[in-house]
Amino acid sequence: MDFSFDPKANYEATKQSAGYVNRREATQESYDRIGFMSGLEVHQQLLTKEKLFCHCPAGLYNKHSDFDAEIIRHMRPTLSELGEYDGTALMEFKTRKEIIYRIKNETACTYEVDDTPPFPIDREALGIAIEISLLSKLNIVGEVHITRKQYLDGSIPTGFQRTAIIGVEGEIPLKNKTIRLIQLSIEEDSCREISDIGHVRIYKTDRLGMPLIETVTYPDCVNPDEVMEACNYIRFLNRSTGKVRSGIGAGRQDVNVSCKGGTRVEIKGVAHTRWIPELTHVEAFRQWSLLLLRDELKKRFPSHKEWRISHNSLAGMDLGLTYGPLAKAIGENQAVMAVKLPGFKGALSHFTQPGNMFANEISDRLKVIACLEKPNMVHTESFDQEVSAESWQMIGKLLSAKKDDALIIIWGPQTDMKTALEVIEERCLMAFEGVPNETRKSFPDGTTIFERVLPGADRMYPDTDSAPIPLEDEYINSLKKNIPTEVVERYQQLKKWQVPEDTYTYIFSKNYFPLVERIVNELHIDPRFLGCFVGHRLKNLMGKQKKSQQFRVEKIYDLFAYLVKNQLDPSLAWPMLTELIAHPRMDFDSVLASIKFKRFSKEEILGKIPYLEEKFAPIRRKEGEHHKTNWMMGQLRMMATGNIALNYLANQIK
Amino acid sequence: MSEDIFQGYKGDALETLKKYNTRVWGQAEVDTTRGRFFGTILPRSENDDDKHIVMKIPTGYNVGIDIRTITGMKETGYKKANYKIPEKQFPTTPGLPHVKLFGTGGTIASRLDYRTGAVIPAFSPGELYGAVPELADICNLDTEKLFAVFSENMGPKQYIGLAKAIGKEIEQGIDGIVVGHGTDTLHHTGAALTFMCQNLPVPVVLVGSQRSSDRPSSDAALNLMHAMKAAGQSDIAEVMVCMFGPTSDEYGLLHKGTRVRKMHSSYRSTFRTIGDTPLAMINRNTISPIHKTYNKRRNDRKVNILPYYSDEVTMLYYYPGMKPDTLDALTDAGYRGVIIVGTGLGHVNKELYPAIERAHAKGVHMFMTLQTIWGYVHMFVYDTGRDMMAKGIIPTGNMLPEVAFIKLSWVLGQTDDPAEVKRLMLTPVNDEITPREPYNGYLVYQGGVPEVEDFIRKVHK
Repeated sequence: MDFSFDPKANYEATKQSAGYVNRREATQESYDRIGFMSGLEVHQQLLTKEKLFCHCPAGLYNKHSDFDAEIIRHMRPTLSELGEYDGTALMEFKTRKEIIYRIKNETACTYEVDDTPPFPIDREALGIAIEISLLSKLNIVGEVHITRKQYLDGSIPTGFQRTAIIGVEGEIPLKNKTIRLIQLSIEEDSCREISDIGHVRIYKTDRLGMPLIETVTYPDCVNPDEVMEACNYIRFLNRSTGKVRSGIGAGRQDVNVSCKGGTRVEIKGVAHTRWIPELTHVEAFRQWSLLLLRDELKKRFPSHKEWRISHNSLAGMDLGLTYGPLAKAIGENQAVMAVKLPGFKGALSHFTQPGNMFANEISDRLKVIACLEKPNMVHTESFDQEVSAESWQMIGKLLSAKKDDALIIIWGPQTDMKTALEVIEERCLMAFEGVPNETRKSFPDGTTIFERVLPGADRMYPDTDSAPIPLEDEYINSLKKNIPTEVVERYQQLKKWQVPEDTYTYIFSKNYFPLVERIVNELHIDPRFLGCFVGHRLKNLMGKQKKSQQFRVEKIYDLFAYLVKNQLDPSLAWPMLTELIAHPRMDFDSVLASIKFKRFSKEEILGKIPYLEEKFAPIRRKEGEHHKTNWMMGQLRMMATGNIALNYLANQIK
Repeated sequence: MSEDIFQGYKGDALETLKKYNTRVWGQAEVDTTRGRFFGTILPRSENDDDKHIVMKIPTGYNVGIDIRTITGMKETGYKKANYKIPEKQFPTTPGLPHVKLFGTGGTIASRLDYRTGAVIPAFSPGELYGAVPELADICNLDTEKLFAVFSENMGPKQYIGLAKAIGKEIEQGIDGIVVGHGTDTLHHTGAALTFMCQNLPVPVVLVGSQRSSDRPSSDAALNLMHAMKAAGQSDIAEVMVCMFGPTSDEYGLLHKGTRVRKMHSSYRSTFRTIGDTPLAMINRNTISPIHKTYNKRRNDRKVNILPYYSDEVTMLYYYPGMKPDTLDALTDAGYRGVIIVGTGLGHVNKELYPAIERAHAKGVHMFMTLQTIWGYVHMFVYDTGRDMMAKGIIPTGNMLPEVAFIKLSWVLGQTDDPAEVKRLMLTPVNDEITPREPYNGYLVYQGGVPEVEDFIRKVHK
């Protein structure tokens, strides 16, 4: 064993050789160098009354502890119609999980627990999915075929998700380029996970079966910001129909990332678009680093076919292992195993992500596949040195470890050890190949951890419980009449109106464009003012709104209509909105009273100017005409707001 | 015969494929008025229309293309799929019991069929081992595919074939027998085998699955494990049905072949023992008898195979206002036995009396069973019942209607003598009529009742 080796220095050195930089410092050149490539799978729940394949109500949620019954299932892999077992399927089978479903009578029927075949697909959902497909310029299929997509993690009690393609080959426009779309599918949403500890995973079925669409792009994005832009566009497009759900979990995306020579890795369930840039940045560099590790390992082992780990049980030995979790495992008579990775010195502390090294990749898989709860291992290149050099020395001797080897200690139930050892060897062998195909779970800091082996097309097979649904031209044409103007046209309209860009995200994400457009067209309110009113004022006040207050945003139209009708200046909407949101049922006259508005004629207000000018002269302290104007505006603002336009007043004062 | 390169396609869709020289399993580019599609042409279900072509696109999904929108199509490659369950030699382990699995078809072992888009039977020990390797820890397995029919197509020929095959296996020293079977008529076969295979020295276990084995959540694997265990290791030498107890993957129940009934169209725990408690509970580790007495396993091979059956038996499900011509028609058609499924305690309306008298005069054997499924026929309670008995209808106690039907078919396969028919019908072979009904047999839990809701919340259902 080589104890002069400094894992920290190795980590920093490998980080540097990967060329890792913070995202803020990264340029397009940084991404071009590593061949950054990314695409998206954007999920969006549809706003329907019922679930997709049964008549349970959609959109009712319950708390973890609120359930009427529990059901237990196990999942076994089955063959796809092309005759192969899917990789994920085999992995999930290895984990031998007991899946518990907590069901609530209001939101689950015998369909959710897979005791009744599906009912015909919800037509409302199908119509919305086709409308969104048309907006996405996709080629609409002639016949919808319900397909089963295997999910052995238990997130769907049948073991598969019923899903169907609505359209293929579409596109969306970004500022500087076009992103191609692979397909759009309609599918049933999965269960929500409550916990996953050891061999027991618990789900609840409230969300299960809700209609969802998934828009899949080609990997056309070449930097993290583009991925976010594409994601926003798709989300805004979905919302522009006004027929999709909003709120936490109603829109989620999977982000596919790879680098040059890397592999498609899917980051699952990214809840917030703003997390995307950091996640894709970190993932691309993780892959790049793994490729460098591969090159290094290949140098050490030109042929790795014979590479194997060796292991030795540490049961009953006095090795001075005092590290808390390890000592606890020894005390509880759990299995404790030392593993030798021949020639892996420096590999374990190889940089992968900020704060993570290759050893974490092994640990993550031990948790997911072998069900060993973390912390589940210690190793010779850990920064924290949980195990003393003397102990490692003894263990190294036991395994006849040489200078260039690395050691790991794992612990846990005896029955999980076989899988655990397989997992370690498997992940190390993958390091010789480069980047494993996998799905990863995201964290807000931009890092990810292993979630599952990435499933392939092998997990798809026809749903024998459903008949194909023909889509006639006539039906599609009738849906075309419902679709809104394109988001890109709306962008251009806002630009033409000179609405500030920082309001766009709010306006599109909440789908307030139709409201803005209607107020501008029908009430002739200045669009620039209105854009700020919605994108700044409304956003700010709604953010502070209490949950119990049920302000309907459509009321803003009525507010401006009231102001126009009563020949009040639109600027009065600004103070009125605060009152309206706090008291949604108050009528507009009362709102005016409560903000102490008084009517003054233009003449009355302008008549004050000479008097104020006189008054200002003795108190003036600074030179400059604008001081006088500002002071006078301040004096007259309250009086003028609602009675005359403030910019008109400002011009009069000058 | 040359290979069908247009599997399932007909009419206009077939013409379209031919026109563009494209085959099933061919990779094709299809131009349509809705844009371009690329993928592998799949076979089409014969029951679907002739206006669409099915393709598997590169992401693995299937889509249909409306042929009326097609403007061009080109085959660019060809790759035939090969659907096969990995087949492995089923290992032999000394010391484990020898179990024979008879396949009849149905969903216990099945795979997908493109032609119909449906699940079809597929069966071999190697396939089974490939799909459920745990079976090798329970027993040494030998399999034989007797027929490949769906449950609803099981009939007299199959009952007799099965009974004879079971007899032969027992003579040759098998430790237990499992019959894989579709679930729809599993209880009919359970009854038939009980009557045809008497004095069994080993268990005969019928098993199926409610969710086809092509899906990850299928109950097939666990049902098979339970059935193999029951057949190889239990000491209950009776014809039994082994299916899920609750819908959860927790335990199975062993039901007597004569007292079991399918009670839900799709639930996993669809089989229930009626008028009694089940024989036993079973999980992967233990078999816990619920019944105190049952026929015990023996070492001798003295099974009594009685493969008799008459197909001149029918059932008449009574409804209010039923006219006598229904029964007359059956009598005139030459049926020798009729199982009447009556209301309440075993009643039909007076209007039927002349038809009953006529049938009786013609020598038709009539037995009364119940629509209530639960409970006994009590024809002495009301005058109607007494009238009917006087007219030749014989009450069958708490025999289930389907069991009575199978039994009368079996009996009339042996004799036509009214006294002998009556004697055989009313002498239970294995509890098809029981002398007493335990109080805890009929407990139909109704959801919504607080105590029941509380129970369901605590106990996995």
